[in-house]
Order: sequence, then structure tokens, then C-alpha cells
Amino acid sequence: MNLGSIIESGFKEIWAHWFRSLLTMFGIILGVASLVTMSSFVKGKENLLKDSLAESGGLERIVVDDNDDLPDYQKHLEDEANGMTLKDVYALQKNAPLVYNVTPVIEKRSYRGSLRVSRKGKRVRYASVKGTWPSLLEIEEHELEHGRVFSDMDDLLANPVCIIGTQIRNDLFGEYDNQGEEIIPIGEKIMINYIPFKIIGMFKQYMSEEDRKKKEEARAAGQTVARRDFRAAYMSGDRQSGTAMRIYSMKNSTVMIPINTLVSKLDSDYDRGSNMDRSLSKVAMNIYDVSTLEKSLQQVRNVLMQTHKGLEDFEFETQEGFAGDINLSIQNERISGMFIAGICLLVGGIGIINIMLSSISERVREIGIRKSIGATNMDVFLQILTESIVIAVAGGLAGIMLSPILVNTLASFADGTTPPVMTAFAMAVAFGFSVITGSLAGLFPAIKAAKLDPIQALRYD
Amino acid sequence: MPLLELRDIHKTYHLGGETIRALDGVSLDIDSGEFISIIGPSGSGKSTLMHILGCLDTPTSGTINLDGMMIHDASARQLAAIRNKKIGFVFQFFNLLPKLTVRQNVELPMIYSGLSGKERRERAMNSLSSVNMEDRSKHRPSQLSGGQQQRAAIARALVNDPRIIFADEPTGNLDSNTGVLILEMFDKLHQEGRTVMLVTHDPEIAAVTPRRIEIRDGKIANEIDPKLAGEVPKFDQFKDVKSKKLT
Repeated sequence: MNLGSIIESGFKEIWAHWFRSLLTMFGIILGVASLVTMSSFVKGKENLLKDSLAESGGLERIVVDDNDDLPDYQKHLEDEANGMTLKDVYALQKNAPLVYNVTPVIEKRSYRGSLRVSRKGKRVRYASVKGTWPSLLEIEEHELEHGRVFSDMDDLLANPVCIIGTQIRNDLFGEYDNQGEEIIPIGEKIMINYIPFKIIGMFKQYMSEEDRKKKEEARAAGQTVARRDFRAAYMSGDRQSGTAMRIYSMKNSTVMIPINTLVSKLDSDYDRGSNMDRSLSKVAMNIYDVSTLEKSLQQVRNVLMQTHKGLEDFEFETQEGFAGDINLSIQNERISGMFIAGICLLVGGIGIINIMLSSISERVREIGIRKSIGATNMDVFLQILTESIVIAVAGGLAGIMLSPILVNTLASFADGTTPPVMTAFAMAVAFGFSVITGSLAGLFPAIKAAKLDPIQALRYD
Repeated sequence: MPLLELRDIHKTYHLGGETIRALDGVSLDIDSGEFISIIGPSGSGKSTLMHILGCLDTPTSGTINLDGMMIHDASARQLAAIRNKKIGFVFQFFNLLPKLTVRQNVELPMIYSGLSGKERRERAMNSLSSVNMEDRSKHRPSQLSGGQQQRAAIARALVNDPRIIFADEPTGNLDSNTGVLILEMFDKLHQEGRTVMLVTHDPEIAAVTPRRIEIRDGKIANEIDPKLAGEVPKFDQFKDVKSKKLT
């Protein structure tokens, strides 16, 4: 008996009991649809978290933070602790060969200190003003879309120039003008603590791929989308996605100025000494190779212990913890989703076993007849197995077709969290599982049918 | 060399500690082209004999040679192939598949012998026309009378051109007129040179065949064979039945 005839007769049999077959398929349909749905939500979250990890500088970034809290055994030397200074930066440049782009950062935030970023009466809700060197752009993965980066000369002369993120532009100028064109305020002046700064550059707008897609679609349709921000995600309970979205939000609210400009123009409270002694918020740098992270950290520590006279008034901030958290949480969600979808498929498979068993007990006589006219055990086995696989495959295809509807419905209910990403791979895996389920479920009934004694089967009523 | 050669066939069953000798040393030769009936009361072992001859069952001991093949120790797969190509079955309850049309039923054996769809259709229609059923090819079995169903079953038995046809109580479920028509059909097949074996409990039906074998308690109790000179037929009264009904 050739495969074509077997599959044909399998379809005929299923069609003869189409309602019963449809009910049986439902288990598989739901199993496959839930598998695809689950994986697209996890994938969506994974994409967002991974993007945001890359946006915040990836694993190659090391930041050394000031730490006022000395270890217990050094507490009595608290007054001697200077924090990070430019001296540390130069020492690291000279003596830590495993790191590069060693960059000082002094950060002032609008909501914390008396910092005020404004223009013509409008004030920025939240801004992070960073006095730094141009190499910070590389470390923090900033991309300049318009204008230029400040030069060493700007830094040397403490020129009042700045590069802004798009959120600053939105708050002070608006995003689009009356013609619907994007506003690019290069050359305009903004006030930082009432001191005029000239905008010489603007970063691109940072957002997740999904948001970018949505925004472009909305713009093509002439609409605006409500800005999804990290607060919504926090409120809906998705803490990690909130963290990820906050990274985008914070990057968009950056104002970058030369470090000397910051020290000379904005440090009103600073008793002027050498710039070399000005304490830094942090020192950022890159490592050449992620695999040498431990060694690189040790080098930085050695250099800093030297310059800080043995006082451990600094701490390292790496992305490893964040990356680990991402992987762990994705893994957990994947496992729990797989588990649920697996149970769905298992239930579907049991449904198939059940229906095939009742089908063969209805057809004992048919099997006897087929055997008496020359069907081998293998022919009967394949016939029953094929019927079961056909049910599972049809259910699997229907499940895949159902899954986009399910995903979109769920996504519309869960507004403000990470958007799902459907992948062909997930669909292929789900479909493969349905085929495997069908084969396994058909195995036992098929063996039972193949083993029927033709004489007994012919006498059966 | 006979078409079918049985030597000392035994078949025993074990039912709850009791041993049942369904066949107890049966030896038999059947030549090609013979028209035979196996007769015996129920429980005599005639069905068991037919099942073993029809390759649905294997004997406990003894040898069977069908058309040059030793089938008593053949594998299940080989037996299936022999049933498919060399043997045609006609049953008391017709045993057509109710979900298939008459033509699809007749095509069934050829599906298992792997013929193409076109060839299957052609041969099925030829076979159906040989039993005058070609105009019913698209009907379902449930739309046919008992006699028509049995003719369709005969067409199915013939379609792979078997060496021997076994008919197990082929008239048992038909009224007597239709039964005679079916018996005439078997007689016609015999005239065309086919080997046909009827299995029945009814001496009237057995009387239509020249050679009759009576089974009792798993043994051949009596045999009438026109080839054996000097043998006096014991079922003479049935000749009248045959001549009355068939001519």
C-alpha cells in the first residue's frame, strides 16, 4: 500500500466523522496556539531587554562609582576619602592596559539639585546634565543624528555648548512644527541654571524596535501614539520591562557638555581649586574583551588603590548582573510557558488516543475485512497512525493560524507592557510538537489495531 | 502437482486448560479448476480448515503447499501477500465496507497490492461487469439488496485474479432464489476454469459441487470425488437439487 492511498484513506476516515475529529483537534489547536503565543510574548520581552542592555553600553562597559561608604575596617579614614578625580582618569589611562576610553563624568540631575534646564519659560521635567569627554558617546552607545560633537577645544576653552537628547528637545521646542516636520534645534540656545548654552548636536531618539515600528506606522497614518513609558510598565507590574524602558527614557533626557564647562560655569558651590581635585560622579570606560572582565576589573582596582592611598572609596558597576537577570528571567518564563503549552498538547494527545481507540473498536470488523483481503499488519498500523497524525497536523495548522489572533487579543488587553514578537521559528517548533504528539498518540491504538486477529475481527459484531 | 496439498494438518486450541482439537490429522489434495464443498455441522472444524486454507490462520502441525509455496510456516507478512494475490474470500455477511462505494470496495485488494488508481478503476469495473454489477458501481453497500452485495463481494474476490476462491456460507444470508443465483455464479466461475471451494453446513448447497468433503470432529469423515472410479456418491439426492436449480 503506498503512502498516498494511506493518507487519502486517513482523510476520508476523518472527514466521515468531521465533528468528532474537530472536537479532538481542539486540544491540539489550543496547545499549538498557546505555545506560539507564549513564545511570542517571551520573545518580545527578550528583545526589549537585550536591546536595552546593548543601548546602555553592553557588557564592554565598566563604570567606577564613588562610594562614600567605606568598608568597616576603613571607616575611621572617612575624612581622607577624596572620591574619584581626574587624577584617577589619567592614572588609569596610563597604567590599566586592559581598558580604554577612560572617561570622567560629572552628572547633575534636574530633580535632585538646583539644576534647571529651561527656555523661554519652559522647563524640562527631568534632565541629566553630564559634563564629560566626547569618548562617553562611544561608551554609552550614543548616536549623534544632527550637528556635531563638542571638540577638545570646546573642553579646553570651557565653551557653553551642549548636545541634547530628543526628550529635552520635545520639552523645550516640541517634536514637530506646524508643517509636521521634525524640529532640529541646532544653533538654538537653552538655559542651564540661567546660563545660555548653544545646542551643537542632537542624539537620535532611543526607543525599542517595537516602539519604533509602531511610531513609524502611526506617523505614516498621520496619527500620534501615546508615549509608552517605564512608569506604565512599572505600574502594570512588569518591573524588568520597566527598567529596560527607563534606559531609553533616561538616554533621551541627556544633556552632554564639556567637563570643563560644567566645572567652570555650573559649579557655583565649588570652592575653586585645581580642576584635578574636582570629585567626579563616576569614571566610565570600556574593556577590550568581555572574557577578560575579571582581569580588567582587577587592574582598575590596583590602579585606584594606588591613587586612593589604599582607601576603597569606589565601587564597580558592570552590566553582568543585569545580563544575568535577563537570561534567568527569560529562561524562567520560557520554561513555565513551555510547561503550560506542553500540558495543553498532552491533553490534546490524550484526546487523540481516546478517539482513535474508540474509532478502532468501532472498526474491528473493517480491520478484519482489510486483513482478509491482504492488508498486512503494517498497512493497518500505518492507516491508524496516519489518521492520528492527520488530525494532529490539521490541528497544528489551525493552531498556528489561530495564534496571531490570540497574540493580538492578549496584547491589546495587556497594554503598556512589552509587545509580543511572533517568530516563524516558534511556529515551526509548535507545529513539530503537534506532529510528534499525533505520532505518539497514534502509536498505541495503531499497534492495537495491527495486532487484531483477522478471524476474531471478522466474527466481531 | 495439486494446487493445494495438505498433509496431516492438526490445529489445537487451549481454552481454559482444556485442549480442543479443531483439526485432527487432515490430508487433502485440491487440483486447479476443481469445484469443492466442505460440509459439516457447526463445531466440526470446517471453518478452521477454511481459515487455514485461506491463510488467515496457521496450523499447529502439518504442512500445506499452496501453488508451490509452503505456507504452514510463513510469516504474517507473507500470508497477507498470499491472501491478497492468490486467494479470494466470499463471506456469509458480504463484508463490504459500508463507507465506501461498491467500486471502492472492489478496488480495496488492489490498493494493498499497490496498483495505480487508474489501473484499479479499470480492473474493478471489469470485475464488476463480470458479475453484472457495473451499473451499481457508485452505490453504497447499504443501497443494495443482499444478492447484489454478495455479487459485489464476489467481484472483489475476483479482482486480483486469485488461484482459489473460498466462499464461507455464501448463501447463508440470502433467500433461496437469490442463493441459487449466487450458486450459479460460482458454478459459472468453475466452468471458466477457476478453483472454488464452498464451505457450508447445508447438504443441499454442497450438492452443487462435484466433489464434496465432509468434516466431522476435525477429521475427514466422508468424501465424494468423481475422479475416483468406483466410488458411489452418497449424496445422490442432491444431484436432483442441482439439476433442478441449475438447468
